[in-house]
Amino acid sequence: MVKFLPLKQAVAENLNNGDSVAFEGFTHLIPTAAAHEAIRQGFRDLTLIRMTPDLIYDQMIGMGMAKKIIFSYVGNPGVGLLRRARDAIENGFPRSIEVEEHSHAGMANAYEAGAAGLPCAVFRGYRGAGLAAVNPNIKSVTCPFTGEVLAAVPSIRPDVTFIHAQKADKKGNVLVEGIIGIQKEAVLAARRAVVTVEEVVDNFDDLHPNLTVLPRWTIAAISVVPGGSHPSYAHGYYARDNAAYLEWDEIAADREKFQAWMQANVIEKSADDFAARVEHLRKAA
Amino acid sequence: MSGLGFTPNEMMTIAASRALGNDDVCFVGIGAPSAACNVARLTHAPGITLIYESGTIGTAPDVLPLSIGDGELCETAVTTVAVPEMFRYWLQGGRISIGFLGAAQLDKFGNINTTVIGDYFHPKTRLPGGGGAPEIATSSKEIYITMAQTRRGMVEKIDFFTSFGHGEGGDHRQRLGIDTAGPTLLITDLAIWRPDPATKEFTVVSLHPGVTRQQVQETCGWMVKFAAALDETPPPSELELKTLRDLQARTKAAHEGSGKGKAA
Repeated sequence: MVKFLPLKQAVAENLNNGDSVAFEGFTHLIPTAAAHEAIRQGFRDLTLIRMTPDLIYDQMIGMGMAKKIIFSYVGNPGVGLLRRARDAIENGFPRSIEVEEHSHAGMANAYEAGAAGLPCAVFRGYRGAGLAAVNPNIKSVTCPFTGEVLAAVPSIRPDVTFIHAQKADKKGNVLVEGIIGIQKEAVLAARRAVVTVEEVVDNFDDLHPNLTVLPRWTIAAISVVPGGSHPSYAHGYYARDNAAYLEWDEIAADREKFQAWMQANVIEKSADDFAARVEHLRKAA
Repeated sequence: MSGLGFTPNEMMTIAASRALGNDDVCFVGIGAPSAACNVARLTHAPGITLIYESGTIGTAPDVLPLSIGDGELCETAVTTVAVPEMFRYWLQGGRISIGFLGAAQLDKFGNINTTVIGDYFHPKTRLPGGGGAPEIATSSKEIYITMAQTRRGMVEKIDFFTSFGHGEGGDHRQRLGIDTAGPTLLITDLAIWRPDPATKEFTVVSLHPGVTRQQVQETCGWMVKFAAALDETPPPSELELKTLRDLQARTKAAHEGSGKGKAA
């Protein structure tokens, strides 16, 4: 049953060295605060799963926490490349990492299959695409009814998924709205799920009945971290800090600059520092 | 392009916007395709449905998004769906008339590489990868591609098949059981290209104003074929140019405005 915990404790209780872990968020509601807490606690040998690895996986890879990455787009959205991930893949720095690459359709189907309790996902994909030749986890099956050859990938079942959401009610039910991405599937596919939220409200009685609500019994722990998805955004709370994404390109380009930035902005900070980072973005939301 | 009153990139975006119609349902790639699609929406195609892979369907952003998931896209969309639904029901389900892609590397058959430069397992440069492109390229009814011409970008042989165009040309798509049309249009900063009906090799059908055949060849890594009857692309109209420049000015102001410089 869900527990409300300080983020430090929620991460410590649910993440272990060697886990496969998804910090999901499709450009929106990215769980940055949870990722930074994982970085502070110094986990090792993680298999990092995410459609769009983004800044937080660039940071975790740059800190040497990942042994493997499973992804479908290893870029800084709208800006360019992820330079710490590149350094690891191209130069093995700070350690070499194993790469398992899919398309968005492949990852989305694999999460959905994980949530559905299936061993694999079947879809019409990868036709003529080079990934099928370099990723042994992309195979094909023949439809028993039509004979059509379809793509098959193993379902994604993370040990633990972290997401950020707008709000929880006092019982621990969670609301996600706006660009809902893959959050629901990533939570339901995982053995354990941890959610950071902007706020806790009394109840969800006046919500539209079809909004994306994750029942409290699907979640292990909730931590209240206002601003916890900065520099991503939380629909209805604060806007995306596009300038921070542009700045990251420069920070991550240099190994020493990266380390200095991580020391000052992650290692020496805490979850409580996120609220101030989004103050200037609240009016724009 | 001082003498003409517009830049090659502006001509590219505007020429691309003209290829889109009011009834199109367009899966929009970020960057150049996004600009072209929104210029179309703001000029001759107000009814066009723009879809970004973040799940935003029928979006009408006032400024160009920096990412495919900016809040502006969701706020102005007809509906926003989950990512699995986006790829399963809407793309795989055959609802997209045009997939609009950019490219890091492109060959003459419309095959695209955005994955690696060099060997996949020991890349010289690791690029972001395909994202939605592998399935956009095969499940959209047809594909438009837009990119600025360089010899590095337009190459005889791409390093990796991120998304499949016409493969080795001819009927290669059909041989793989792909029943969609694939790349039917390429718009660069210098010209408009269409695939030859039989070989499927991209052929220049229209040069932008002031552009020579030689310029097109010098910035392209394969031997360029030109159509027998070569058109000249009509220059941007005042409305098209104003719409594009206003959109880019609003975009610049919005993205810089949300920055840390304005904080505290």
